[in-house]
Amino acid sequence: MTATPLLRAVGLAKTYGPTPALAGADFSIRAGEVVAVMGPSGSGKSTLLHCLAGIVRPDAGTITYDGRELTALSDGARSSLRRTDFGFVFQFGQLVPELTCVENVALPLRLNGEKRKAAEARAVEWLARLEVDDTAAKRPGEISGGQGQRVAVARALVTSPRVIFADEPTGALDSLNGERVMRLLTDASRDTGAAVVLVTHEARVAAYSDREIVVRDGSVRDAEWAA
Amino acid sequence: MSIGHTLLGLLESGPRHGYDLKRAFDEKFGHDRPLHYGQVYSTMSRLLKNGLVVVDGIEAGGGPERKRYAITEAGITDVAQWLATPEKPEPYLQSTLYTKVVLALLTGRGAAELLDTQRAEHLRLMRELTRRKKDGDLADQLICDHALFHLEADLRWLELTAARLDRLAEEIRR
Ligand SMILES: Nc1ncnc2c1ncn2[C@@H]1O[C@H](COP(=O)(O)OP(=O)(O)OP(=O)(O)O)[C@@H](O)[C@H]1O
Ligand SMILES: [Mg+2]
Repeated sequence: MTATPLLRAVGLAKTYGPTPALAGADFSIRAGEVVAVMGPSGSGKSTLLHCLAGIVRPDAGTITYDGRELTALSDGARSSLRRTDFGFVFQFGQLVPELTCVENVALPLRLNGEKRKAAEARAVEWLARLEVDDTAAKRPGEISGGQGQRVAVARALVTSPRVIFADEPTGALDSLNGERVMRLLTDASRDTGAAVVLVTHEARVAAYSDREIVVRDGSVRDAEWAA
Repeated sequence: MSIGHTLLGLLESGPRHGYDLKRAFDEKFGHDRPLHYGQVYSTMSRLLKNGLVVVDGIEAGGGPERKRYAITEAGITDVAQWLATPEKPEPYLQSTLYTKVVLALLTGRGAAELLDTQRAEHLRLMRELTRRKKDGDLADQLICDHALFHLEADLRWLELTAARLDRLAEEIRR
């Protein structure tokens, strides 16, 4: 493969107190690619995802996103990049309980300064695409876990991010709903050309990816890009 | 899979000719492996001999595929019994993989690499099945899902074994 990666990390290290969470991790992903991040519990998968997404600053190593050195950006620049270019899905939807589903999905657009009406119109489109438009007026407490997860995927996709970070997005769902979320997530990413970093310990979920990497004791060798 | 029981089951909805049975079988169950006519005749003559089917009529001027078969009471009971009996859970791969892991440890080869290679191969097949499932109808989906769950079980075993390699190495060196 020759296309340059959209996001690339080399030699990431991160220590929490005495615990090394990452100890020399390499990673890269191209536009439109779905890469599964696998590995045992506690191996450093979430830490890797948080570093790649600019949520956590690594102690060592470099992260390049679209030609920019992420680790060199100011906190402000990084968080605005997160809002415009990245989308997030976590194990438990993390929807705002006081807002309706359509308001939840519109939120990232509102934070980027879009007008309410336009933002909610786009949000409704995405809810329909994820087959949960009937939840629009409900609050997260009034819908099922599977529906909530699809609302969360809609929220992650509504800004047309170039990278979607998903940490165990199906972890709280049964097989059927898990499949549904994976199918919708990967279809949507293929349609929009978004890259997906998919953390999962479930092989059936990882099977939706284009390739996988395995984190062990905080270290990953990304075979495809190893020098 | 028991071809005999499957053909018998197909006869429960009414008598069929040999060629019709083959077609129905291939359509419903023969996705990658259609039946040979020879398999149909040998199976049907065995079922005949055991009194599970009878010949219900023969079309003029035809070979064995022109015979029309009907299921008997004994045949219906046989299908019912087959359906009521659980299949033996097969520990497919584990014994081969276990042997390979132990041998790798005994001979000082990389057991972790062996497990990693196997994991990648399992996942490669799972990807293929997932793709096939996406493009397929409900029957394809169910068949692929069955294979996927089995492969997943193997993979979990591979992960668990990878996590216990050090202990296993100690035990077998004792
Ligand atoms: N905020 C934190 N403070 C202290 N230690 C942390 C923190 N986050 C992670 N760790 C530690 O870093 C290591 C890696 O954790 P991480 O969450 O990345 O693992 P993981 O692979 O995502 O595990 P899981 O599959 O259980 O989610 C663990 O030992 C964990 O306890
Ligand atoms: Mg985690």
